[in-house]
Amino acid sequence: MSDTQPILEVENLCTTFTRGGVALPAVRDVSFNVGKGEVLGLVGESGSGKSVTLRSILGLSRRYGDVTGSVKWMGQDIAQMPERKLRHIRGRDIAMIFQEPMTSLNPLLTVGLQLTETLKAHTDMGRAARRDRAIEMLDHVGIPAAASRLNEYPHQFSGGMRQRVMIAIALAASPKLLLADEPTTALDVTIQAQILDLILSLADELEMGVILVTHDLGVVAQTCKKAAVMYAGRIVEQGDVRQVLRAPRHPYTVGLMRSVPQDVPPRSQLYTVPGTPPSLEALPQGCAFAPRCQGRTEGCLVARPPLATIAQGRSVACFNPVTDAQGAAA
Amino acid sequence: MTDITALSAEATIPQKTRIELALRKPGFLVGALIIGVSAMLALMPGVFAPYDPNLIDYVAVKQPPSWAHPFGTDMLGRDSLSRVIFAYTVNMQMAILATVFAMTIGVIVGALVGYYRGVADMVFGRVVDAVITFPFLVLVISVVAVLGPGLINMYIAITLVGWVYYARLMRAEVIAQMGNDYAGAGIVMGYSDRRIIFRHLLPNAITPVIVYWMTDMALAILLGSSLGYLGLGAQPPQAEWGVLIAEGRNFITTAWWLSLMPGIAIVLTGLGFSLLGDGLADLLRPRG
Amino acid sequence: MTQPVMDIKDIELEFQVSRTLTDFVKQRPGRVVRALNGVSLQLNKGETLGVVGESGCGKSTLARCIVRLYEPKRGSIHFDGKDIFAAGAKADRSYNRRVQMMFQDPYSSLNPRMTTGQILSEALSVHNMRPKDEIATRVAELLDLVRLPQDAAGKLPHEFSGGQRQRIAIARALAVEPEVLIADELVSALDVSVQAQVVNLLLELQDRLNLTILFVAHDLRLVRHVSNRVAVIYLGRIVEVGDSETLFSNPSHPYSQALLSAAPSLDPDDKGSAIRLQGELPSPLNVPSGCPFHVRCRHATDFCKIEVPELRALPGRGEVACHHAEEVSEHA
Repeated sequence: MSDTQPILEVENLCTTFTRGGVALPAVRDVSFNVGKGEVLGLVGESGSGKSVTLRSILGLSRRYGDVTGSVKWMGQDIAQMPERKLRHIRGRDIAMIFQEPMTSLNPLLTVGLQLTETLKAHTDMGRAARRDRAIEMLDHVGIPAAASRLNEYPHQFSGGMRQRVMIAIALAASPKLLLADEPTTALDVTIQAQILDLILSLADELEMGVILVTHDLGVVAQTCKKAAVMYAGRIVEQGDVRQVLRAPRHPYTVGLMRSVPQDVPPRSQLYTVPGTPPSLEALPQGCAFAPRCQGRTEGCLVARPPLATIAQGRSVACFNPVTDAQGAAA
Repeated sequence: MTDITALSAEATIPQKTRIELALRKPGFLVGALIIGVSAMLALMPGVFAPYDPNLIDYVAVKQPPSWAHPFGTDMLGRDSLSRVIFAYTVNMQMAILATVFAMTIGVIVGALVGYYRGVADMVFGRVVDAVITFPFLVLVISVVAVLGPGLINMYIAITLVGWVYYARLMRAEVIAQMGNDYAGAGIVMGYSDRRIIFRHLLPNAITPVIVYWMTDMALAILLGSSLGYLGLGAQPPQAEWGVLIAEGRNFITTAWWLSLMPGIAIVLTGLGFSLLGDGLADLLRPRG
Repeated sequence: MTQPVMDIKDIELEFQVSRTLTDFVKQRPGRVVRALNGVSLQLNKGETLGVVGESGCGKSTLARCIVRLYEPKRGSIHFDGKDIFAAGAKADRSYNRRVQMMFQDPYSSLNPRMTTGQILSEALSVHNMRPKDEIATRVAELLDLVRLPQDAAGKLPHEFSGGQRQRIAIARALAVEPEVLIADELVSALDVSVQAQVVNLLLELQDRLNLTILFVAHDLRLVRHVSNRVAVIYLGRIVEVGDSETLFSNPSHPYSQALLSAAPSLDPDDKGSAIRLQGELPSPLNVPSGCPFHVRCRHATDFCKIEVPELRALPGRGEVACHHAEEVSEHA
């Protein structure tokens, strides 16, 4: 995959919640790697399990559900690691930013305090050094007049600025991996572009791996090196972003790409994937996508296609993958 | 946290299991049982009471609880159990009559001021301020003092003061519901204000009011018997829990059962209403 | 096609912000959010007019003014030649029948306690669209129209997915046989694959029922796809309006240019000309003087800080509100 040893290896990750006695398999058998400085896009629609996957990596899901499989961070399994030890990795080695910056920041504490708190927890810097580092971080993420804004509260920042503050806090302890859960979904396009640029340049500069969870294929195309498409809790297609987006092999990826109105005659009927995603409590027996798939066969309804490697670093979970020719016609 | 809410939104629990879940809650069941039995006693006291509650028997005065008189007898030899049972009629009637008018008026006024806001809302705000400044009981007693003692006047007094609390609750809930687009959609559809208020907003806003109503009925019994105890509510020889407690007051050291038994009845019914209210809150919460 | 059915003239709307404790302490007067600052727009019969802009720019406020959920402080809206805010006009419910709106949030725009059947038949009976005994048949027809199964009539909103709920909202709007539909972020809350289904349905219904649509959205690709004409709105003002294809292929206003280039392309190698705007959208509490865009504009001159540019026609383009439109459009 990547030229160096991956920093994060996720293998057969499963997360199951239980609601009113019903098991809801939110993440099923998810495996992927992230290398140093690599940006991986995790794409899917709501309920596809992409956010839960991200949270399960950091052990945030196990309080609510049952997590199995292995998550290896620098060769060390953190999936079963006790909370106390995991705390040293969270925030220092692996940081996370969320979709809604307003609710992830404490409204009662100044931005400066929240920044230095992270530093206090994960570094042995002195008080003055922490303050300098906080100013440096805010400056780094493009907040003007950083020193004077340290004493301001989150509500005094705009949406885009708050997301910058979140990123500054996340990156304060120089993590090696950033988990970003829909970091720009709540923002406007012009601000989204700024934030994505920022994440990319920081990833490059700090050689930081990034997992970017999003539902926006455009965001994936513009920021990620690799992409994994999720459907009903499983990865259905994975590979280099150019290959996945230009020559999608899984019918679901094809459908997603073609539903976006780009390069089609104006006001023409758009390609649609019929039906809706299955609910987690009633997943079909075979391939979860089969009921919506136009290329399904008898076999698809009975057996679940495994995520099979079809080329170097490229895998698809489909018995009848779309060929290049069909993909081009898409 | 978001993953959890997203999940529960997606996997909606069917309505049937909701009711089953509520029925499985022991609190709700116990509450329903207590109120059910109370209602039966209130409707047909004659069926359950072993004696005529006003039958005076000078031979058996102030007798302690026994098989013949499980709750004992009072200073006139009347059977305490029968008097407590007959009091159910008056006290349950209090629970309903002292609250139902206040609730109806409060719900309508609250819905209207919540929907229209403006000047009416400002006036309403002042009324609320004025009413909540004084303790509820003080206000009710002053009204009763003006109107004179008696059950009817007590209902009027409680209604005059109590509607404000319902209206305040309803107003807040209607304003919250107005934040949902279905209210705006009603306006855009050209529906009349009356239809939007009463057919769309009210059913969605009423749940907290119903729950409050349950606790308020418990409070109404407590208030009614307090007034009865003070001689401002039901008048003797009417069997009413407050009156019964007052009658037993002078004999508290020699005939403790006279005050204790109606006291237990008050606590039990109050508990029943509270438990029922809790269960209803779960049951009535809109799904989706 | 070119006959305007809806004529919006110079509407302005402000919202009062209640004074906070600090305002009282510092003796500041109450502040106002200037949501709309003189918006003029014509909606032509049978067309789809797209309205795009960032959050807080006033596009939803505009939509809500058109359906009389808000009343503008100044300016007028004429429908079919009649002022919809004139004295007595508000009592005229036939306007509400002829101009309908669909909302963004499919989880709040339907009454959670009414079944689909009740929601639809209510619309039908209030406006006397059908005699009583034909209402059930009409409900079935409407469900068919928006491709919902017939058993949907007996179900409550929470039993449907987001996309299905938007179909119910569309059916409710169509129940009263309107001429104009206002779609406020109709598909924004939906997943991509479901978005396409709803957009297809909307386009098909428009052709079939000869509807005029105002399509408010922030997704530029979608707006480009469905609209005949597009208006770009910034801080409560229209900065550019014109034919959809022309505007999207050759935006003339610097803000339109930046907005279009910020939308991420699906092609990993098309990084775009990427005009990155500096700074954030100013707060509508504090609209900059002169051209509201001048604080973020690469082309701004001192003149832009003083004088508000008016919308003016540009040859070969639409109407643009920019003092330097000629030079700017050459850059694009």
